[in-house]
Amino acid sequence: MNCLAVAELRNGALRKVSFEVVTAARRAANAAGGGEVHALLIGGPGIGGRATELGRYGADVVAVVEHPALERYNPEVFAATAAAYLRAHPFRCGFFPASAQGRDLAPRVAGALRLGLAADVVDFEVSADVLLARHPVYIGKAMATLRLAGSPALVSLRPGAIGPVEAPAAMRVERTEPALDPGAARVAVTDLAERAAAKLDLGEAPIIVSGGRGLKAAANFRLVEELAAAFGNAAVGATRAVTDDGWRPATDQIGQTGRLVSPQLYVAVGISGAIQHLAGMRTSKVIVAINRDKDAPIMKLADYAIVGDLFEIVPRLTEEIRKVRAGQ
Amino acid sequence: MKIAVCLKRVPDTESRFTIAPDRVSVDTAGLKFDMSDFDGYALELALRLNEQQGGGPGEIVVLSLGPEGTQETLRKALSMGADRGIHLACEVVPFDGLAIAEALAAELGAGGQNYDLILMGRNATDTGNATVGPMTAAILGWPCVTAVSWLELKEGKGTAHRELEGFTETVEFRLPALLTIDEGIARPRLPSLKGIMAAKKKPVDSRPAALGEPRVTVQAMELPPERTGGRIVGEGPEAVPELARLLRDEAKVL
Repeated sequence: MNCLAVAELRNGALRKVSFEVVTAARRAANAAGGGEVHALLIGGPGIGGRATELGRYGADVVAVVEHPALERYNPEVFAATAAAYLRAHPFRCGFFPASAQGRDLAPRVAGALRLGLAADVVDFEVSADVLLARHPVYIGKAMATLRLAGSPALVSLRPGAIGPVEAPAAMRVERTEPALDPGAARVAVTDLAERAAAKLDLGEAPIIVSGGRGLKAAANFRLVEELAAAFGNAAVGATRAVTDDGWRPATDQIGQTGRLVSPQLYVAVGISGAIQHLAGMRTSKVIVAINRDKDAPIMKLADYAIVGDLFEIVPRLTEEIRKVRAGQ
Repeated sequence: MKIAVCLKRVPDTESRFTIAPDRVSVDTAGLKFDMSDFDGYALELALRLNEQQGGGPGEIVVLSLGPEGTQETLRKALSMGADRGIHLACEVVPFDGLAIAEALAAELGAGGQNYDLILMGRNATDTGNATVGPMTAAILGWPCVTAVSWLELKEGKGTAHRELEGFTETVEFRLPALLTIDEGIARPRLPSLKGIMAAKKKPVDSRPAALGEPRVTVQAMELPPERTGGRIVGEGPEAVPELARLLRDEAKVL
């Protein structure tokens, strides 16, 4: 049976999560006895030019909806259009990114269609009549296997959980119209501003260097930033204690009430490892901790730990990583 | 303003969880329960909105769906300053956000209530679904803004900020509306002694929750594999070259 992937754009470019949902839809269509992957691409004029990128990951059909008023996300128009597309075609599954935008969009669509939604899924299995989805619960302290019966089963996928896999398809473009006049929407996005120092987002960075109270003062975050810069592909995170004190913006917070991240490498600098922080990063692939207290909770979680004064260790590590990167 | 705040009673996430004998839930025996973090922000925002309004006609109604113990969460909200509570009784809170949204929409959409705002947390800390808010709004046919990190209301219109990956989105909307609230917008107050005393006299109505049929069910619940961490590479800056070697050759993350 056919499957749908809802693509996501930011400033006219496809986000990586778009390729991830197409990959998931390809996998699901194959598992459900073979079928076409449709990708729904909603945006401003000219956005159809991006369709070939979706074809590279296995989209057979890219349904393009272009409208001058849809250069930015419009929750009500996007939801009405996705719901209309799901109504008009018999899909086995529909995949959304569990990004900030997707987590807004998917439940609106599921609510409008009164369909089940497995949200923030890290893995899934699909058969002809049942979809099983893995979803972390209790801030990652337990893992639920969810069961959705019937079609279409809607899923939002945690960014990075299923990497994009190229599977080139002989893609064709079909044009369609927004299912709601943007002028009639009661909610409108009027501005999209890039936050300062947000070069690499915490959810997308393969490496995160994070700092805690052990840094002693806001100015010392320079050490964390320099280490992140040495990696070249790292974002900077922080603990709640640090963002509460205003050393870092609230949007940098990793933890139960902040961002939930699972990078390839997480470097915790001067972080003792409060449960609320561990909840946000315990699914990282490799964890490194630098802390003067060998008994701190983070040291027990870390794959590799160095005990000692971070003010001596971090600059040395920055130097060492620069050397490694220079040789690559 | 008349504001409804939907609260969920959830296990304290500091707890050590074990799997219940049914293998599809966690064992709740001995767990402490409290208002879900984000719902606390939603309630605090509601209290501040009505305080800023200063003495005008306003009412804050708190709703919670769940078993008997849910009334404790409602009492806490009343002690923080909410005016009255509605307990939507059910033995077990369904996992499925849509089943919950149908019960909330049936209550909130009943005629003659005229809410200006419905607030709830961005997500509950137990299921982590973040679906009930937008689903409730979809069923009610209300405008909805999710994960609001900043809010301004003026003459029947609102402006909100949402934090996306690396970007801040500004959203304008019309009232009445349903908003889900992100962390940091307003740190919840502690109930005062006076508030606790006053809460005892405030009304809490209890009625059966008109739950929808769940479309999503839990087939299995497991604890994640324990991390086998705790390897100390060394002490002080002398350990750094060995760490770099391990990251490159063993962990292969460089």
